[in-house]
Amino acid sequence: MYRRAVEDISTGSDSDYSSTWISWFLSSKGNEYFCEVDEDFILDRFNLTGLNNEVANYTQALDLITDQLDDEVQDELRGSLDVQARLLYGLIHARWIVTARGLAKMVEKYKRGDFGRCPRVLCQAQSLLPVGLIDVPYEKSVKLYCGRCEDLYSPKSSRHGSIDGAYFGTTFPHLLYLVYPTLIPPKVGPPMDGPSTSTSGGTAGGEKLRRRLREELPDVTGTENVGEGISTASVALKAERYRPRIYGFQLNETAKLQRWQEATRDRQVARLEELEERG
Amino acid sequence: MSRPGEEDTGGDEVMEEEPEEQEDGYTSSTPTSTLTWISWFCSLPGHEYFCEVTEDFIEDDFNLTGLNSMVPFWKEAMEMVLDVEPDEDAAKIPDVSIVESSAEMLYGLVHQRYILGRAGQQAMVDKYESGIFGSCPRVYCIGCNVVPCGRSDLPGIDTVKLFCPNCNDIYVPPSSRFQGVDGAFFGTTFAHLFFQNYRESAPAPFWKAPASGGASLSPRTSARNSPFVNPNPYGGQKRAAGYVYVPRIYGFKVSDRAKCGPRMQWLRLRPETPAQLDQVDWRGRWIDEDEYEDDEDEQDRQMEDFDPDAADEDEDEDEDDDEEEEEAASPVQNIPAAATRAVRTLPTASRQEGPVIITLPPTGGKVKLVRQWERPPVLTGTA
Repeated sequence: MYRRAVEDISTGSDSDYSSTWISWFLSSKGNEYFCEVDEDFILDRFNLTGLNNEVANYTQALDLITDQLDDEVQDELRGSLDVQARLLYGLIHARWIVTARGLAKMVEKYKRGDFGRCPRVLCQAQSLLPVGLIDVPYEKSVKLYCGRCEDLYSPKSSRHGSIDGAYFGTTFPHLLYLVYPTLIPPKVGPPMDGPSTSTSGGTAGGEKLRRRLREELPDVTGTENVGEGISTASVALKAERYRPRIYGFQLNETAKLQRWQEATRDRQVARLEELEERG
Repeated sequence: MSRPGEEDTGGDEVMEEEPEEQEDGYTSSTPTSTLTWISWFCSLPGHEYFCEVTEDFIEDDFNLTGLNSMVPFWKEAMEMVLDVEPDEDAAKIPDVSIVESSAEMLYGLVHQRYILGRAGQQAMVDKYESGIFGSCPRVYCIGCNVVPCGRSDLPGIDTVKLFCPNCNDIYVPPSSRFQGVDGAFFGTTFAHLFFQNYRESAPAPFWKAPASGGASLSPRTSARNSPFVNPNPYGGQKRAAGYVYVPRIYGFKVSDRAKCGPRMQWLRLRPETPAQLDQVDWRGRWIDEDEYEDDEDEQDRQMEDFDPDAADEDEDEDEDDDEEEEEAASPVQNIPAAATRAVRTLPTASRQEGPVIITLPPTGGKVKLVRQWERPPVLTGTA
């Protein structure tokens, strides 16, 4: 009980003096992408199945994360144990964020734009989601997935660029959009969680924006389906793209490639629409 | 000349990022009085993308045609940029900062023109090759270098962006110090003219995955040894980084039949061979469906609705029957390639494009793969 109370206080502030390991970890610089894993989740051994093979000094690392480590042991192993504890927390984190509660926590961070904004100009600062390229640790660093252009970007800051991608996993962003289809970004117009809404006091504007988007949405997605909600078959047709030009004229080879890409897109849209019609 | 006191700190901060400057020997140790306005301007933080325009270029009135109507305090701005001692009546100008902003505008607009010329392109290619403009943030462009690019040729509309020749897209510069740089100072044309001039830096519009067969879980980053040739001599001569991201949930590709399924892979997709580019006409329609690797009859009939043109309707009807003969008769070289591509990058698309039955229920990727691979031998048999 005592610890729970402390935890609540310390997560609120960004101080380095927070008393639990997790809140210390979350507040340290460069760990902004991580969310807090519920203690219940960590304490349930079922959730940790197999991790003892991945992490050296597993027991002590787990104790450190849950603040149950003896001070003596901590002094002995301090340096290496910290690394192992981070690894363990990261791997638990990858499992946690694909649970219902974990997803909900990450959605909040997503809406706040904690993972940054898409660097692609035409994505209009769409909020990003962290993703790994592989679920095995020590292979690839974390990348950022943009739900609008559906592509991957490297984090701007090297602090984030060095985080292991396995701490987020390959599944997370796609599962999030699967579970929260309303969060799937529109292909045109300002993002639903644009920078304007993230600033304090912009809630009224954000609300207006959202209402406008809702009005636009049927237009964007074309034909409506009975009982299917909004259709996403043809959203790609509305996506903006950049067209390189020299003195206003398109370039032969690039234009050709872009036509080919758009023909490929049209074929997919046609196929999806047909599938939708058939139900 | 009026050069504010921040020039020292400004110059120092950017020094490492400005090899151009060091060549000229200005920034390192020489006193600021010998620094020209142009060198000083280019060394300011956030001005790393600018190259130094030669004074000859600025002094040639022809190069400045039309600019004097866009820049207030034209004469004073010219004097400032060219380090000419101002006339006595310069005192008329109330605030030197007004002239400074005019000088910046003047220099920027001249810069936009300068970098389109031979000398300017040369200056920019040096910066490009030393990576001063940075690299594409997109993961599968694998660090392709980018060039600055404007979205408008008129000042005051948008800030500078970065163009990646690999994904043909534009990005916001990673650092906020570029937020104050006008995109018009680089213009809309420069980036593309640049890659026309330096074709060896421009990625080709087609890409074939390194031979390993099947869908690869991880991107192939290693470059192959064989020399790369684009048959189009006017096209990009660099091997493209063509991998397209495939979203997966628990290792399974997300089907595009799902609402949250992939919709945008086309944006980054490249055909495997240059010949496939010619299968789309200038209106963006597939020219001859029979030449395409698989029968697309469902999709194509649907496509006719987009652009009602009844001419091809009948062909579509016969497509299934004719297809095998046609393909066997026509050059077949791109068929196996195209088949593997469909599997690798548009996994769900291949589902419905199966050569045998159209209404095939979704099956495992492996099965499809086998079917696609078996196709070429069948074709050669009929031939």
